Amino acid sequence: MTPNETVHRHAPGEPIIEAVGLGRDFVLSEGPFLRRTRRTVSAVGDVTFTVRAGEIVGYLGPNGAGKSSTMKMLTGILTPTSGTVRVAGMEPARRRTRLAAEIGVVFGQRTTLWWDLPLRDSLSLTRHLYRVPKREHAERLAELTELLELGPFLDTPVRQLSLGQRMRGDLTAALLHAPRLLVLDEPTIGLDVVSKSTIREFLLRSNAERGTTILITTHDLGDVERLCDRVMVIDHGRLAFEGDLPGLRATVPIPRVLVVDLATPAPMIEVPGARAVRVEGPRQWLELSDNPARVIAEVARDHEVVDLTLREPDIEAVVSSLYRGTMPVERAGSA
Amino acid sequence: MADTRHHVEVPDGERSGRVRHAATTLLRPFVDYRRLAWLWVRAFAQYRLSLILMSLAVMVSVLIQVGAVVILFGHAGTLAGFTVMEGLLVFGLAASAFGTADMFAGSVERLGNHIRSGTLDIMLIRPVSPLVQVAADEFSPRRLGKVVPALAVLGVALAGVDVEWSAAEVALLALMMLSGTLICAAIWVITGCLQFFIAGAREAANSLTYGGQALTEYPIAIYGQEIVRAVTYVVPLAFISWQPALLVLDRTDPLGMPEQLRYMGPAIAVLLCACAALTWRFGLRHYRSTGS
Repeated sequence: MTPNETVHRHAPGEPIIEAVGLGRDFVLSEGPFLRRTRRTVSAVGDVTFTVRAGEIVGYLGPNGAGKSSTMKMLTGILTPTSGTVRVAGMEPARRRTRLAAEIGVVFGQRTTLWWDLPLRDSLSLTRHLYRVPKREHAERLAELTELLELGPFLDTPVRQLSLGQRMRGDLTAALLHAPRLLVLDEPTIGLDVVSKSTIREFLLRSNAERGTTILITTHDLGDVERLCDRVMVIDHGRLAFEGDLPGLRATVPIPRVLVVDLATPAPMIEVPGARAVRVEGPRQWLELSDNPARVIAEVARDHEVVDLTLREPDIEAVVSSLYRGTMPVERAGSA
Repeated sequence: MADTRHHVEVPDGERSGRVRHAATTLLRPFVDYRRLAWLWVRAFAQYRLSLILMSLAVMVSVLIQVGAVVILFGHAGTLAGFTVMEGLLVFGLAASAFGTADMFAGSVERLGNHIRSGTLDIMLIRPVSPLVQVAADEFSPRRLGKVVPALAVLGVALAGVDVEWSAAEVALLALMMLSGTLICAAIWVITGCLQFFIAGAREAANSLTYGGQALTEYPIAIYGQEIVRAVTYVVPLAFISWQPALLVLDRTDPLGMPEQLRYMGPAIAVLLCACAALTWRFGLRHYRSTGS
């Protein structure tokens, strides 16, 4: 698998997730005993979206925005307080067990694997719990072993695996029953570049070859750029944006930043097309409003430059400026 | 929903297929339990020395309790009209019921940990009853350390008491032991469910589970009428060892409670298990509507 391999993508099909006015309130009890007051807070306000079969959709938002609550409602772990949601044609909270057989879930921060046993044992337990026929399981395991390169550590106890290996194991466990929908909650958190890329390529391939629909929450721009056809940004329990990535960038134009390391500390650089925003000794941060090449040339003319880095606005910055600006819900045409 | 009900003539082959299907569905929780428990046993087998030492420690603690019973009866001669052997019978019934229930369902007391650490969420995304998963969690052979000595004491006591054994009598005893175990397991689940609602309810729950065990290891008539009434009609601990012992020994109730009570064990067990199932469902629904 090479990163540049072009994969044939299917056109999006039938809706597999349909959320209409989905909301979730929590009642908090506060204060000392007997004087306790109850307060209702809304974790997810009024969220409406559709994910179609074959799509890869990113679900973004800052911590505490309502991502996890939404994920829990989609998987039936949490019952919504308002609105409706249907996943694979079922109401998750009522048909949780049935739904479990149709979807695969990975929580990046938790594992479903048995710590003290070889990875292989946890995977074969999955076969029994999900009632997968033996032959089907063997074929699927062989396929996943090859794609995720599990071979070298299938017989290693999970506690001895690296985080990247463990995550590949968890992904395998979530996919062995061939689910139609894969729900991933920060699957690349804490992984190194190589592991991230293995997982991303694998996800793209599962999506292209098997048509597996993927809903992914992440804080990793790379995940979003490499994987997602479409992103939804949730903030304060409401959808702040829904559309494709260029659409998201266009919503909130955030300047790129040029980080310049000078040979000696200098006063704030003033050049056309850029604005110094921060100075720390010989290092300066310039916000670009013009072509970086021209700015670099200007800077190099006046100063001795030791090093340069150009920083793309990361999705976090876009997302955070999106909710600071309290934008109205906007739907860029994509779906 | 509607399309699953076909009003069509069902051929015999298909009907037996359905029966088999119903049987598999019914047995599923037990099959799943066995799979999960076996995996835990193998995980614990990785630490063999620790496993052996823990089992021994548990065994020693049971033997100390047995010693306490023997010494107590040795001094008093009889308690509530019970001889040493009869006292050991009560102890054996209680300890084996609690030990067996602890082995299969004791892990439910760690429900709070699963809620706090989020492992309950992991269980909820599997197509297996979360109660089965919680109960099978960390299933360890060391729990046999409780059951084996308890059964040994029970064996000695049964051989030692003055009873004429018939097949019916043995079957009745087995039924009562099963009921006692189910009552213990149900109490375990019900008290465990408190942790759905109250963080740190485990300690309070333990006063009922472990406290209940300590209570039932002695002929409860020694505690006086109020306690006996409470553990008969409120928390039915009396049906774990006291009433079965009266039945086996064919003894009249020293406190004059109705004779029929000693046959009620199985009914109480079924009732309590139904309560436990409802409590679990209620608790889980509460969890799914509060999240973590």
